[in-house]
Amino acid sequence: MSKGVLVDVSRCIGCRSCMVACKTWNDLPATKTEFTNNWDAPGKTDAYNWTVVNYHLIEQGDQVKWRFVKRQCMHCDEPACESACFTHSFVKTKEGAVIYKPTELNQDYCVGCRYCMIACPFGVPSFQWDKALPFVQKCRFCYDRMKEEGLKPACVTACPTGTLTYGERDELLKEAWKRINSNPNYIKRVYGEKEYGGTSWLYISDVPFDEIGLKTTAYGKDVSEKSIPSLTWSVLKWTPYIFVGWGAILTALNFYTKRRDEVHHHEEMYEAVNTIEGKQDE
Amino acid sequence: MQKTWSFKLTPFRYVLIGLAGIAVVTALARFVLGLGAVTNLSDEWPWGLWIGFDLLCGIALAGGGFSTALIVHVLHKEKYLPIARAALLTSLIGYIIALVSLLLDIGRWTNCWRPFFYWGFHSVLFEVFWCISLYTTVQVLEFGDIFFERVKIGPLKNILSKAMVPLTILGIVLPTLHQSSLGSLYIVTVDRLNPLWWSMIIPFFFVWSAFFLGPAMVTIEGTLAARAYNRKPETPIFSSLTKVTMCMLIVYFIVRMIDLNYHGVYSMAFNGSFESNMFLVEMILFVLVPIFMYAIPAIRNTQWGVLTASILVVAGVVFNRMNVVFTGMAQSAGGHYFPSIWEWLITLGMWSVLALAYLFVVENFPILVKEDHEQEGLSSGKSVSTGRSVEA
Repeated sequence: MSKGVLVDVSRCIGCRSCMVACKTWNDLPATKTEFTNNWDAPGKTDAYNWTVVNYHLIEQGDQVKWRFVKRQCMHCDEPACESACFTHSFVKTKEGAVIYKPTELNQDYCVGCRYCMIACPFGVPSFQWDKALPFVQKCRFCYDRMKEEGLKPACVTACPTGTLTYGERDELLKEAWKRINSNPNYIKRVYGEKEYGGTSWLYISDVPFDEIGLKTTAYGKDVSEKSIPSLTWSVLKWTPYIFVGWGAILTALNFYTKRRDEVHHHEEMYEAVNTIEGKQDE
Repeated sequence: MQKTWSFKLTPFRYVLIGLAGIAVVTALARFVLGLGAVTNLSDEWPWGLWIGFDLLCGIALAGGGFSTALIVHVLHKEKYLPIARAALLTSLIGYIIALVSLLLDIGRWTNCWRPFFYWGFHSVLFEVFWCISLYTTVQVLEFGDIFFERVKIGPLKNILSKAMVPLTILGIVLPTLHQSSLGSLYIVTVDRLNPLWWSMIIPFFFVWSAFFLGPAMVTIEGTLAARAYNRKPETPIFSSLTKVTMCMLIVYFIVRMIDLNYHGVYSMAFNGSFESNMFLVEMILFVLVPIFMYAIPAIRNTQWGVLTASILVVAGVVFNRMNVVFTGMAQSAGGHYFPSIWEWLITLGMWSVLALAYLFVVENFPILVKEDHEQEGLSSGKSVSTGRSVEA
């Protein structure tokens, strides 16, 4: 069954234990951070920071609240990165993790085209820009812990406040709606339930999602509930028909318009340009 | 036909060779040091100048090859035969440039052969990759037909001549598929690419524009070649081709307007944002203006008129691709991207090689029509087909 993690934003105190645990378990190097006005350096995930905690100052009337949001790969049910990759370097495992095979399974087919980065609606896959032969990097849902040792992801284990709950996605959804229905402070929505076809990581919050950096609208419309692979496939599936059909039309046209005596004597028609006599410069 | 290979070096050509040399050195540095050291690309802007301009625009500009092939070799519009070979040549060189820029741009270039063996057929990029590889091969073979007129290897020439009809058809089907799939690449950017450009029918817009760009591109190349070699430009042919371009531009404009309306984003085009202004420039300056220029005989039938309108059409397609890759993505990507000096130098070098290769080939192979023959061809449109078969 597909696993997931429920993130309850209202419970997070911004301690960043999850970030430390992630770095430690995955042997990720330390990166130099900059102090920013948001206090949430490094701010975005990158090749060496697979999870980050973003700090958001929320103003509601005369109330001011801090909210802290852990971000990482959402592990989509139908991942855009998987469908975008033309060398099968990403896979959605049956456990729910979306993994990058070159580093996870040592199946090094990736050519580094970075189309996965264009495709991901959450902007997650990152590139090792400092390497001569870079890999794509992102949260792997601690696939090794999950699969071989039956352990929770490192970040979930490290969380001291119960913000992160690991389990079956179906049950997490039930739990999420139970919390939402029993407490009027929650926004009536589970982020990740339907967005882009659903994700393994689910968020619930007591402040609006778009105020804590989770994309709910784009260009004035709600984000797609269709998965990105389904959009691509609805176009791509026509390829063989176009190939055969268009080829047949062209062949027919070719014979229909062909005149019987039509044989060209190309050698008399064309010539190489004479540079000796002509003007040479362009 | 001349006996020896000739390539006369002029100061201009030395500059081109110099630029190509710099690009080769920069490319070597890029392979050793990695993309991060040479480019300004980032996680926010994973695709930059090489993909946006050299690949997307390069392939679109090479559209002259397949649209001319369709008009001349499949529909048998004989009067356009004089421009067919030049169109094929520029297309071929354009594809080679695109392949080279692809090789430069992929991070793990040592794995560049892998996609031939691991088929991610659910990826649009898979279709792009295979079609471009196959079509480049097809074009090399098509060019072989010309090559063996100069380099006499009888049996090979005969085999190629027999294969020419299926090759030509393959040489139209493949680019139709991948010009459209270059557009399909951007279907995944739903909610990221500005809706003024994102659409489920973006593949149609890409292939359609690549096709109508063909005759315009042929006009520009033909005029340049005529000027360079002190020949008479085939203006009547170019003017006649504008009918194709104009009708396709009108259809393009109407369909894009309907599409905007269908998405309910029509008002976004006039909201005064940077994106909306870029969109208006694209549609008015590069689509509507050429339509009117082509529609008016007094403009269409003059050399400057047909050339100016064609330049607008070609610039418009480049502008459209740039809008898709950069303008339309800017808001969702965040961050900042401007190509580094090295990215510019490699691009400049690649297009210099393109110019040099073109010059070398037209000076050594029968690509452009004979001047006297051209006149007959233009007046009757038939004389070109009266020669006897050389293969028989």
